[in-house]
Amino acid sequence: MNYRMIGNMVGRLLLLEAGLLLLPALVSLIYREASLWALLAAAGVALLLGGALTALVRVRDKTIYAKEGFVIVSLSWILLSAVGALPFVLSGEMPSYVDALFETVSGFTTTGASVATDLYAFSHGVLFWRSFTHWIGGMGVLVLMMALIPTGTGRTIHVMRAEVPGPIVGKLVPRLRDTAKILYLIYLALTVVEIIALLCAGMPLFDSFIYTFGTAGTGGFGMHPDSVGSYGPAVQWIITVFMLLFGVNFNIYYLLLIRSFRPAFTSRELWLYLGVVLVSAGVITANVLPLYAGIDEALRQAVFQVSSIVTTTGFATTDFNLWPGLSKGILLLLMFMGGCAGSTAGGLKMSRVMLLGKTVVRELKRLVHPRSVGVVRLEGKRVEEETVHSTAAYFILYMALLAVAFLVLSAEPFSLETNLTAAITCLNNVGPGLGDVGPMGGFAAYSVLSKVVLTLTMLLGRLEIYPLVLALLPGTWTKE
Amino acid sequence: MNIIVVGCGKVGTTILESLVAEGHNVTAVDLRPSALADITNIHDVITVCGNGADSDTLEEAGVEQAGLVVAATGSDEVNMLCGFLARKMGAADTVARIRKPEYNDRSLQTMKQYLDLSMAINPDRLAAQEMYRILRLPAAVKIETFSRQNIEMIELKLKDDSPLAGVPLFDLRNRYKAKFLICVVQRGEQVFIPDGSFVLQGGDKIGLTARHAEIQKLLRGMGVASKQARKVMILGGSRVAYYLAKRLLNAGIEVKIVDKDRTVCETLCELLPAATVLCGDGTQQELLLEEGLERMDAFVALTGMDEQNILLSFFAASHKVPKVLTKVNRRELSALARQLGLDCVLSPRNTVADVLVQHARALENSMGSNVETLYSLMDEGAEALEFNAKDDPRLVRIPFKALQLKPQVLVAGIMRGRETIIPTGDDVILPGDKVVVITASHRLQDLADIIK
Repeated sequence: MNYRMIGNMVGRLLLLEAGLLLLPALVSLIYREASLWALLAAAGVALLLGGALTALVRVRDKTIYAKEGFVIVSLSWILLSAVGALPFVLSGEMPSYVDALFETVSGFTTTGASVATDLYAFSHGVLFWRSFTHWIGGMGVLVLMMALIPTGTGRTIHVMRAEVPGPIVGKLVPRLRDTAKILYLIYLALTVVEIIALLCAGMPLFDSFIYTFGTAGTGGFGMHPDSVGSYGPAVQWIITVFMLLFGVNFNIYYLLLIRSFRPAFTSRELWLYLGVVLVSAGVITANVLPLYAGIDEALRQAVFQVSSIVTTTGFATTDFNLWPGLSKGILLLLMFMGGCAGSTAGGLKMSRVMLLGKTVVRELKRLVHPRSVGVVRLEGKRVEEETVHSTAAYFILYMALLAVAFLVLSAEPFSLETNLTAAITCLNNVGPGLGDVGPMGGFAAYSVLSKVVLTLTMLLGRLEIYPLVLALLPGTWTKE
Repeated sequence: MNIIVVGCGKVGTTILESLVAEGHNVTAVDLRPSALADITNIHDVITVCGNGADSDTLEEAGVEQAGLVVAATGSDEVNMLCGFLARKMGAADTVARIRKPEYNDRSLQTMKQYLDLSMAINPDRLAAQEMYRILRLPAAVKIETFSRQNIEMIELKLKDDSPLAGVPLFDLRNRYKAKFLICVVQRGEQVFIPDGSFVLQGGDKIGLTARHAEIQKLLRGMGVASKQARKVMILGGSRVAYYLAKRLLNAGIEVKIVDKDRTVCETLCELLPAATVLCGDGTQQELLLEEGLERMDAFVALTGMDEQNILLSFFAASHKVPKVLTKVNRRELSALARQLGLDCVLSPRNTVADVLVQHARALENSMGSNVETLYSLMDEGAEALEFNAKDDPRLVRIPFKALQLKPQVLVAGIMRGRETIIPTGDDVILPGDKVVVITASHRLQDLADIIK
């Protein structure tokens, strides 16, 4: 175990966080708010911790293996959240540290579940930070670090693999650093375009930033209790389109950029994703038609909600708690699916769902023809048997985790629907669930224990379980 | 530069590693997903799984933007086809590994021309070439040649009782009355670029440049035996053995080859009628002694097994064979063998990687970098770079003693027209000179980088 390299990487990350905290501080400064000091203090803590780690820990050997990659990612995310929660507490806008941590983790993991009771009580600076965490966490903060700071080792692929979700993590170009840069440039470009589009649709500048961060990271923190409900149809359509765009595999944007159109448009995952959105939206539109004035409104509500849930963003324009059972059922299933691999969305991911489906078909075929040989193919390419196995194992672990989280929540005095969807929505980084944790509700009523469990669940969901679980195993930490 | 390396075996991986360290964007292509998985874990490259001679695979690897395609699979034919296709599909330059002896004769030229290959590399022949150079000058551990073989740097290992030990370098030149320069010293793990006050110790490995004509005289003066080998025993009838034996025989040196495979022996016998080919197990010490191991001037271990080569080299060394050469492929083992006391450990893979890095440098040079060629020295602890001197007022026409050079930088030789200059404090660089610079710690981009 290369403790020094781990310390160094985590230290650098904290320095980066200190830099990132200056942006909301600037917002506070513009609005002349007292939260400026809370944000600067948090930046100072990050600077101090990060500076101490990078200055005191001398790296002798830069070699890292998969194990170190997992530990770096887990520790980074935990420390990042621990420090990121400070502005909420120090500004007094969210006095309980557990609540602040829940809110921050919900931000970084792009869940968007909130324990805040009154959104209007937040100062602009803290509100900006709350949403900015979505943007940072969406594409992965270590990927951002790799894009900005050279690490001097060819082995940082282990870090990227541990942080970037999806069954198979590949690079776009030979250099990992260039790959990280390209991903962030695409991310940044889409973000800027959305801000401009929202401004053009008449949204105020500050609101545009908040809602764009929420969309880009597929997070879901807004600034109003009714999420996007109070904005006009134009804004809602723009957000719908961008939610869907951020749920697409970023590799496809790169392929388009290098004018490699054929592989981009023949991506099976992309078509599955669009197909799922289209079919779900169609069925829900028909299902909720009686509730709304006309087909255009029903369609808008259906498409918005479907896009929001399938990309695990979690914005809402209406309380879908009041929808008929069929629509709610579809939304619940969409929570599991998530967007495409290599996007900012959470959930199982389309490619993993495809992989699991194909594996099941193969096993069924083997039952009928015991001697049949089957190879699982994805995007026209053979998938390694190792990947098939690890995906199946991932699914089992994922369901087990869901069961545990649900069991702990069941001790709370809420309905089964509330508890189950709370666990589902946190594990998949969606945000709203059904029942009391629906789009117009919140997680404030849960006990401290449940909040801690849900915080952990969100982290596990974002990092796709393995890194955090492996970092907790004592075997990982033994010296050899 | 974008480089595609096809074939990720031992040679391919070594090549790829050196190219990544040079700062190139490397795409690795191989048929085996497991080999590619190992590579992405260690090296910063992108991988494509497929046959390198398939146009779809090459297209996926981005052959149109490639500045260089290296075909290094185990099969010569695949390499040729891959190089040919890559060139036709838009690669700017192609290099193929071609190692079968039957392709490496007159047909190679024809093939290179029709396949549009800029270089065909034969690791076995390159290794044999290097071994041959050492056998001609057995005092050397390794010989590097710069500037189209006009400047030679000889690596020597000093014995504990060497007359060079304990004397500051500025005294040595006066003592031997010859123009020579000690450019680089390896002591244990550390590599130094010595200045005049540096004092050598026994056990140091030194790199020395001198005029070609004066080398023999100099080495004799230093009390280093430099009698050319007359009788050489080669263990293992590999391709390297064939190329080496052929060169040695042409130079009139007696060669004995031992291999246990009868058909290999017969083929060698047919190809090299002047050699004595013995069929027997080279690991049997009795056989080696019977065939006069103790009377040999040199012993070369070239079997396919690194471990066997190392052990038998020790056996030969213990029987007082003056020069023992060992071929070791695995990097870990070659470092170990050196630590244990074998001084002449050669690895064909590293030779190939060096050649390719130099080739890539040359290609980039035509795109604007000033470095002509680059050589890595002393287990990559130092590097030698060749520059074309420009008319830079900070540098040219100033005697070296007046130049403020950076520490750990040394000018090892200058080629002016056909003349080789081993520089002293009074020499100057003129525009148009080819200058060989040795450095241990700096990344030099331009000749002007050598001054403070």
